[in-house]
Amino acid sequence: MRLRRALIALLAPASALILAVLVSSIAVLLIHQSPLTAFKDMAQFGVRTDSLIFAANEAIPLFVSGLAVAIGFKMGLFNIGVEGQYTLAALLAAYVGAVTPVPGFLRIILILLVAMTVGAAWASVAGILKVTRGVHEVISTIMLNFIAFGFTSYLLAHLLKQQNRPGDFVVKTKEIPSSGLIPSLNGLLRGLGVHPPAGSDLYGFLPLALALGIVYYVLIWRTRFGFDLRASGFNPNASRVSGVDPRSMVLKVMILSGAVAGLVGMPDLFGLYHRYTIDFVAGLGFTGIAVALVGRNHPVGIALAAFLFGFLDRSAQVLDLVGIPKEITIIMRGVIILCVVIAYEVVRRVVQAQEVKAAAERMRQLSEEGQTEPVPA
Amino acid sequence: MITETVEAPQERRQARLRTVLLAAGLVLFLLSFVRSVTGATDLASSGTFSATLRVAMPILLAGLGGLYAERAGVVNIGLEGMMILGTWFGAWAGWHWGPWGGVAIGMLGGALGGLIHAVATVSFGIDHIISGVAINILAAGVTRFLSVIAFTNTPGAGITQSPQVKGSIPDVNVPVLSGGHFFGLKTPDVFGVLERKHWFLVSDAGALLKGLTSNVSLLTIAAVALVPLTWWILWRTAIGLRLRSVGEHPVAAESLGVPVYAMKYAGVIVSGALAGLAGTFLVYEEAGIYREGQTAGRGFIALAALIFGNWRPVGVMSGAGLFGYAEALQLRSNPAILALLVFAAIALAITGGWLFLRGHRRGGAALLVLAGLMFWWHAAANKVANEFIAITPYVVTLLVLALAAQRLRPPAADGRRYRKGQIESI
Repeated sequence: MRLRRALIALLAPASALILAVLVSSIAVLLIHQSPLTAFKDMAQFGVRTDSLIFAANEAIPLFVSGLAVAIGFKMGLFNIGVEGQYTLAALLAAYVGAVTPVPGFLRIILILLVAMTVGAAWASVAGILKVTRGVHEVISTIMLNFIAFGFTSYLLAHLLKQQNRPGDFVVKTKEIPSSGLIPSLNGLLRGLGVHPPAGSDLYGFLPLALALGIVYYVLIWRTRFGFDLRASGFNPNASRVSGVDPRSMVLKVMILSGAVAGLVGMPDLFGLYHRYTIDFVAGLGFTGIAVALVGRNHPVGIALAAFLFGFLDRSAQVLDLVGIPKEITIIMRGVIILCVVIAYEVVRRVVQAQEVKAAAERMRQLSEEGQTEPVPA
Repeated sequence: MITETVEAPQERRQARLRTVLLAAGLVLFLLSFVRSVTGATDLASSGTFSATLRVAMPILLAGLGGLYAERAGVVNIGLEGMMILGTWFGAWAGWHWGPWGGVAIGMLGGALGGLIHAVATVSFGIDHIISGVAINILAAGVTRFLSVIAFTNTPGAGITQSPQVKGSIPDVNVPVLSGGHFFGLKTPDVFGVLERKHWFLVSDAGALLKGLTSNVSLLTIAAVALVPLTWWILWRTAIGLRLRSVGEHPVAAESLGVPVYAMKYAGVIVSGALAGLAGTFLVYEEAGIYREGQTAGRGFIALAALIFGNWRPVGVMSGAGLFGYAEALQLRSNPAILALLVFAAIALAITGGWLFLRGHRRGGAALLVLAGLMFWWHAAANKVANEFIAITPYVVTLLVLALAAQRLRPPAADGRRYRKGQIESI
């Protein structure tokens, strides 16, 4: 039964992936190219060492973003605001980290703390509005996203930017000193016998992200708090009757989700940008929603989904060389999201129908045996 | 008793009409007052009102689109994506076949987005928010991909923008009132003359009317006409009643023989078509080309206008007008924005005082504090950063939601999953 459940659980993402491949094949055929060669090229290019490192680097922030969204999803809360939370958090963390005079290791801690605090504070606005005024969090977080974008560009352009040298027109904060950055994992890779080519550094945030995934798992599935959280999502009325205060739960979950969301920009801040600039990586929050959906809010699923998205993005780079627009992977992404949620829903219904049938069958057997009341197994 | 139940709605409607007119008059009076005191002419110039009209139309169209979907009980976060589809298809068809082809295909493109949303939410019962988010992502990807196929190797175009569209949608001036031509003869420009006098209130009204009646695109007229039309369809026809009943109580609707799924499909597809029209409007009235990121979150502003407008056509129009005005002023002049702070402060102070006297102590006090802060801002600053103007719609919406959430009434079954034959609303 367990094995069958697992197979069914895998059925949904697998069928979604196949559908996505089909749809993108049709798109490739439409421009008179061969989908087979396209996918072969993608696969060959995608498994190169530097490609895998690139894909992993892209997957790390998506994983964190997926976790932030999933915490909310677990109790039926939609944090659409991860995008705004991490943007504002990244700017303030980068600024504070660059200008505060603290020794190396402490600087990393400081940056992470600022990022988490800002993310949590921004998300708590939506939480407070929901708890005190009954404002739906989807609407408030969408509005707060745009307010955060406005604040971020205002703060960057007027208060937090560094004085550039003449001729340098990129608006940016001061650079974080290298002692305050998390070093890359390339040393570890070389120790393992993998030799990454120059210019591709595996983000040092990876262990932190993995730790975050483990903490998430333990918190949600192995603690009283996590039980209450899942119960509130599953059946709000029942959990309220059993003594969970839904208002404080909403607030706590929003704050927790926001704190994780604050970290979304960190892998790229430490590993690539070293400062906040006007072209800092955007869109991670929205993609995080997709990652959480595809990964079913489970840490392993989220990790796989994040890596899949990173891998697709990277391996598509080769397509431009053979005359196929690499944007095809964005279509694949969209199709995967839609198909995955549809497939999960269909599977859920099939399983439900089977359970109903099995229960009815059991009842019939029992009544034939002369028992009026079903005996619990 | 019977007469009461018959007359009550009509009286209520008349009362509502009076309130709307009174509010509009008060706003114009305040605007006129602040203009005379601060000397910021652009606060109430025909140019500003004309720009407001142009900027507000995409928001209005997409907001009305949202109205059709949500009245049928389907939350449409995908408005932005459907609008993106509208910009691309509108520009592509406009480049090939001119403006009316652009309008038709742009609406079709948006409707396609609506169809996907309907299949996912109505047929498969997927959460509306999730499907909307997916559509926004999908639309951005699809248009990028289509641009690569359709626009590369075309002079003046590329993967992020289309070539110039053919032709333009004709503008009209109203004869006699704003200097339009009548059988080839130039007529006087009454409103324009009034505006140039700079009389208190009269000139401001003249400027408003001049702005609303000169160089108005046919598409704008169609969009404005959609407001009463939408009201009529939704509140005065059998189809409209069925559509709204599906959004309020689908189980009851089905028991009366209303085809729930069909109504929901219709609402969401119309929603997409209107969002697509909003996108095409952007292409034709602003740039003459499709550019990636052209919608710039207007689909979400439309959503804000829908909520601000309490899920009613005239409300959506007021929301679109307000947000459009802020954006238009930002485009035109910064001193006027500074003067707008005074306007906002007075408006907030009046609302806050009213709320306070009506017994809403905390909300009223919060607004009064906010009004004080705005006065202080006006006194202390000599310039308002554009970033703050850009976030106005979102802040206003949050304020409205926070202070008037009890007075807002979304359709009762908005966003709920519905399965055919289910017994009770979940």
